[in-house]
Amino acid sequence: MKYKILKVFILFFFLTTKSFGLVSVDITRGNLDPLPLAVSNFYLDENLTDNIKKLQLEVKIPELIENNLSRSGLFFALEKKSFIQKPEVAHNRPRFEDWSFIKAQVLVTGKVSLEKDGRVKVEFKLWDIVSATELSALAFYTASDNWRRVSHIISDKIYERLTGEKGYFDSRIIYVSETGPKVDRKKRLAVMDQDGYGIKYLTLGNELVLTPRFSPTSQNVTYMSYFKNLPRVYLLNIETGIQDLVGDFPGMTFAPRFSSDGKKIIMSFAQEGNSDIYTMDIKTRVVERLTDHPSIDTSPSYSPDGSYITFNSDRSGFQQIYTMKSDGANVKRISFGEGLYGTPVWSPRGDLIAFTKLYKNKFYIGVMRSDGSGERLLTENYYQEAPSWAPNGRVLIFYRETASDSGGRGGGAKLWSIDLTGYNERLIQTPTDASDPSWSGLLSEKQKN
Amino acid sequence: MQKSLKISFIAHFLILVLSSLALPFLVGKVQVPVLISVDLVQIGDRTNLPYAPKVTDGEKTDKKIKDKVVTNQAPPKIIPKEKPDAVPLPENIQKIKELLEKRQNPVKVEDLTKQTSEFEKKEIFDPNKISALIDKSKKDNAEINNKPNIEATQSQQKNIVASKLTITQEDAIKAQIFKCWNIPIGLPYNENLTVRVKVKLNKDGSLISSEILDQTRMNAAGQTYYKILAESALRAVKLCNPLKVPSTDYEKWKEMQLNFDAKEMLKG
Repeated sequence: MKYKILKVFILFFFLTTKSFGLVSVDITRGNLDPLPLAVSNFYLDENLTDNIKKLQLEVKIPELIENNLSRSGLFFALEKKSFIQKPEVAHNRPRFEDWSFIKAQVLVTGKVSLEKDGRVKVEFKLWDIVSATELSALAFYTASDNWRRVSHIISDKIYERLTGEKGYFDSRIIYVSETGPKVDRKKRLAVMDQDGYGIKYLTLGNELVLTPRFSPTSQNVTYMSYFKNLPRVYLLNIETGIQDLVGDFPGMTFAPRFSSDGKKIIMSFAQEGNSDIYTMDIKTRVVERLTDHPSIDTSPSYSPDGSYITFNSDRSGFQQIYTMKSDGANVKRISFGEGLYGTPVWSPRGDLIAFTKLYKNKFYIGVMRSDGSGERLLTENYYQEAPSWAPNGRVLIFYRETASDSGGRGGGAKLWSIDLTGYNERLIQTPTDASDPSWSGLLSEKQKN
Repeated sequence: MQKSLKISFIAHFLILVLSSLALPFLVGKVQVPVLISVDLVQIGDRTNLPYAPKVTDGEKTDKKIKDKVVTNQAPPKIIPKEKPDAVPLPENIQKIKELLEKRQNPVKVEDLTKQTSEFEKKEIFDPNKISALIDKSKKDNAEINNKPNIEATQSQQKNIVASKLTITQEDAIKAQIFKCWNIPIGLPYNENLTVRVKVKLNKDGSLISSEILDQTRMNAAGQTYYKILAESALRAVKLCNPLKVPSTDYEKWKEMQLNFDAKEMLKG
């Protein structure tokens, strides 16, 4: 008995004599400044053919990576002139002092060489200059004219390795290209890489097209066009060019969007001045009605897990944002601010809903949490609308129209992107006027599906 | 005998139960209520406001003191004019102070100097000293300015009895690392991601070593976020090398544990 008590006590003393001597300092704040990054030119292997050498991949690939990363606003690319080490030496193992001397914190090096089967091997290494370690190294094999795609994938890998978040560079944007005078506007569907390269026109422009939306999982696009003078929702595969009318509705259908698994289309169907929300299964063509209310319910968008839907409705008297379960139950108003709220889009991360707000004749693009709290307006302008999320949920693309003068001159529409901080706003160059952009998912992930 | 043993056993057992309830490491996982992060601040003798020494302000005050002393027709002995390099005696300073306090708007010299942090004290001495050297007539005032500073250091010494860093010291270290730490913005803010880094420092603040205390987690599969955060923390420590450290209490800060937590920043 006594021994037992003694044992308990001994044990107790061992447990309590744990040392708490170390001074502990909590670091709960840091800076969100862009990370100083050096992208060295790549090392070009001697065995490459002259044709490939002409492409100057050793310069073009790092240049594209650098552009991608700097445009994200999270990285600050250092001037190449200040680099001390040669690409081939640096790629082997950089002399870290040389790079920390120019204040680089991370370094990207790479090498381009030829494989026996004629493909090009592009490899890159990411170095932590401050801790003098290699963070990652990967190689890609591809046809030499596919170098842009490879550069985007490499940019994504670097972005992901340093921020912890998936990238968005290997993705495309579909939009409505607008040309011609205001009274006779020619609208065509166009698709391009997220950095504005490789524009392809998908329609001829003899029919009006509006609100194209990328499927998050495939090369399918849904949009609104006119059929027998009525707006109707269409489905288009941009690889095959096959176009399809969605559902056999007796009236007009509009504001289509894919579900997050890409299997359904959700849209508005209007009859006798009342519009409600419907879904259609793409394979089985089964149509389901989700809302039944005398008000105008439109602009539906699924949450990424597919269990909720956000939409806007004027059932309260003014247009506001609502959420409901994917079967139409539990309708809940989430926006309560002054002004009108529209075009809600659920973020691919699931935490936020982006929207357009009209208040005192100004248009705002903003975000709020999915319960309606934490509303933040990111940008204000004369006219801007239709935000669409980048696949990682950090950047939004939208279009903005500038006011035309009294003679009707000027006033074109352009695509803009803004990140969640609200500071990194950028124009996306397009050769024509552009509206209604929609961001695709990551292309590399689509191929897996 | 038996009875007293029983009572003793029960009493001890009770203590054990109570202490195991109170000491978290004996219970294992404790249900912690929703954490509201509050910066626990240990109040030191001095405020931690970053204070940039303003020489011009000091000079202005000096002038005011002089002017006011003169217009008050103070007895000549109070303003020491005898020798330019004479150090005022403590009584003289006391008298000047008393005189100033009698006036309607007394200019308190101490207030200026009290807003100094441990690290900036040296810098604060210098400008006045230099000006005092250049213009010997100012020497007296420089000495007046010095006086409360010395007192401050002495009272600081008393404070050191406490085993923790004082607020000014801790904040000075924090402020430096805040600047060096580039937060990886993609990390989730709803997960427990605190990276503990142990740093060992030389007396001059230069880094001897830095290590992640939870190495196993860093290399474990599925802990990508933790790894990225840990790497950024190590970069921060190295970028801040050498740290500006207190001139005293080396024993206290030669080894420190830095807890990096980006939750608040990422939540926005």
